[in-house]
Amino acid sequence: MKYIDYIQLNPLQRFWYKFKEAIKNLPATLKAFFCAIGNAIKKFVLGIGAGIKDFAVGFAQGDAITKLSYLFMGLGNVTRGQVIKGLIFFAFEVAYIAFMVFFGGNYLRLFFILEGQYHYESVPGRGGAVSQKLVWDAYSNQILIYGILAILATVVFIAVYVASTKSARKCEQLVKAGKKPESFISEIKEFLDSKFHITLLSVPVILICVFVLLPLIFMILMAFTNYSDKDYFSFQWVGMQNFAEIFSGSSVGGASMGYTFGNIVLWTLIWAVAATFSNYILGMVVALMINKKGIKLKKLWRTLFVMTIAVPQFVTLLLVAQMIGSSQDSPLNLFISMFTGQPSQFDVLTQQYDGWIARAAVIIINIWIGIPYTILMTTGILMNIPEDLYESARIDGAGPVKSFTAITLPYMLFVTTPHLITTFIGNVNNFNVIYLLTGGGPNTNNYKYGAGKTDLLITLLYKLSVDQQKYGLGAAIGILVFIVCATLSLITFNMTKSAKDEEAFS
Amino acid sequence: MIKSYKLRRGLANTFIYIILAVLGLIWIFPLVWMILHSFRIDPTGTSFPAANVDHLFPYWNEMGFDNYIELFTETKFMLWFKNTFIIAVVCCIISTLSVLVVAYAFSRLRFKARKPLINVGMIMGMFPGFMTMIALYYILKMMGLDQTMLGLILCYSAGSGLGYLVMKGYLDTIPHALDEAATIDGANQFQVFWKIILPMAKPMVIYQILTSFIGPWCDFILVKLIMVDNEAGYTVARGLWMWTEQEYKAQGYYRFFLAGAVVVSIPITALFLYMQKYYVEGVTAGGVKG
Repeated sequence: MKYIDYIQLNPLQRFWYKFKEAIKNLPATLKAFFCAIGNAIKKFVLGIGAGIKDFAVGFAQGDAITKLSYLFMGLGNVTRGQVIKGLIFFAFEVAYIAFMVFFGGNYLRLFFILEGQYHYESVPGRGGAVSQKLVWDAYSNQILIYGILAILATVVFIAVYVASTKSARKCEQLVKAGKKPESFISEIKEFLDSKFHITLLSVPVILICVFVLLPLIFMILMAFTNYSDKDYFSFQWVGMQNFAEIFSGSSVGGASMGYTFGNIVLWTLIWAVAATFSNYILGMVVALMINKKGIKLKKLWRTLFVMTIAVPQFVTLLLVAQMIGSSQDSPLNLFISMFTGQPSQFDVLTQQYDGWIARAAVIIINIWIGIPYTILMTTGILMNIPEDLYESARIDGAGPVKSFTAITLPYMLFVTTPHLITTFIGNVNNFNVIYLLTGGGPNTNNYKYGAGKTDLLITLLYKLSVDQQKYGLGAAIGILVFIVCATLSLITFNMTKSAKDEEAFS
Repeated sequence: MIKSYKLRRGLANTFIYIILAVLGLIWIFPLVWMILHSFRIDPTGTSFPAANVDHLFPYWNEMGFDNYIELFTETKFMLWFKNTFIIAVVCCIISTLSVLVVAYAFSRLRFKARKPLINVGMIMGMFPGFMTMIALYYILKMMGLDQTMLGLILCYSAGSGLGYLVMKGYLDTIPHALDEAATIDGANQFQVFWKIILPMAKPMVIYQILTSFIGPWCDFILVKLIMVDNEAGYTVARGLWMWTEQEYKAQGYYRFFLAGAVVVSIPITALFLYMQKYYVEGVTAGGVKG
């Protein structure tokens, strides 16, 4: 489509055009994405190749001291005037070797077997008899974590080692050229200027590595083990078995994981679509009403709605969960009995209607929670819609409904698509609402692992890994959730990009 | 003609007022219910909850401050409140600093590893946070930090550097000419950061401070996993959640839940209302991330 054609479209058509383009481009985007990964790997390998070549050349051309500092890190620095720097290098080498010899090396070896290590100890039993007692040396989960630590330590060590050899080589060349290597103080000063990024990023990156990256690697690897409550101390690598179970239709104990997973994915999608669009459209209608010309006390109305999200979410959710409780004195039942005239014990988590009452209830309550967010978000944008659009629509005889569907909605969709997709992803991962309101219930025997009719993937993940202690299976589901969310994010990113450079249409 | 138009608009506005009033009532109803019931006491002096409450709101003679007095004197609430406050303040400092520092480095400095680091950060942010929680517990246990406040603080704030996107988006809008001018005048990178960028980014810094302060007040899952049954280390969210569990509810702790919820809500609500305008800016700026 030519640009001139494009600008003649109305906002709704433009939106559809972009949406179709984004979907059409999805294979290309994915291809580009994987090509980029491929290229990055290629570049990485080439970089390593160049590094090794550099490393070897440096060794071949260096003098005796430089050659020795390939064995004793920092020797070249110490002998050529950079005493402190050299000593730091050497201390690092000693620390790494000590770590690997006394600790890491063993775990690195066990990492590939992963089975828990134990031995038997003789303990004097009753009546002089000697009995054998099982003593654990290392649990599998310890082996896994320490193994990852040892691998990470090795990677860091290799990087420092290469840096040290480079530094030794540089010192040699400087001395040969009759110059003095930089003093320690001036090198430190560089960290406030040309190497400022290292100073800034080091602490956050270390924190992220320990508290995000390490657990993440741990859990990703966990998806390929049979770690569960049954094999708590000792488990093995099982390859893709967990993923196979998720998609398997076989039912051993009455319900199959494949059936459970399929239904929960379906409900997750229904929930995400319903929750996102109901909030979006209804929230916009309320925002329009508040912003309508001639409506007074705008600030009061807005604050009234925003109050619900200003109160901590767990408070409102726990409160509402209590209010719709099944007991006779819960507000919901009191309210019902006001109309029927007799005590009511209506339970939202009823087994009737296949759990759809509970499902409808969470969607409705989510409207109560979500509308204020939409009001906050959209008020500013709604005021930007040119007033004359509505004016001319009114002159042409359009009613409020018509002007909403023909002007407001397309305009807003056009502007807020990225936000909409972000909300969608947020709803796919909306743990709090489901967990605190229904806890996933009503439970059903048709689902495996205690999953219920309102369980989303994310609450299933929680149930599997915390309540049921099927860590391996839970981690596998986590990876699947990641794939879904990453794909959606990729689409968002694509659409934002296309929204930013409109000239790119041709 | 004009008269009928005016009439029509007046009718429409009345209609809207009615809808808004009804909706407003629905929206505010649970909060009002919570506040009124937090004052609810049993005038007969028998155990709470009074059997068969048959009216939606308590009567005047059923209200008093007893719940609040008992909440502060006879339960662990004050301890939890103190815990949460300490955790929130420390987290707030660590998180704000790391977000600022990471965002500044990615937005202003140019170095070889910049692009790869940004991409890795984006991908790491897309994993569901729940995945790592079990592993976090093991790691804290290895360090001997499980069931401690320090462990909780580390869990909340260590990964916060990954939330750099909103801040980076904001810093990107501050013109580079400012840095260049300062550099020409002889400032080093640190001075540029401290004296030029930081004052310019004040609204976003405030947003960051407030969100990271509010975070620990609202989380209960991590506390449950890390503190397990160490009630002295709970935060208010976890403690109040506990009181809604069946066994505590049966003992009448529900009234403490209501009173405690009101006490927690007051400061948090005030903070949120104050930061509304920053909130909108923050959410829209970070539109790309999931």
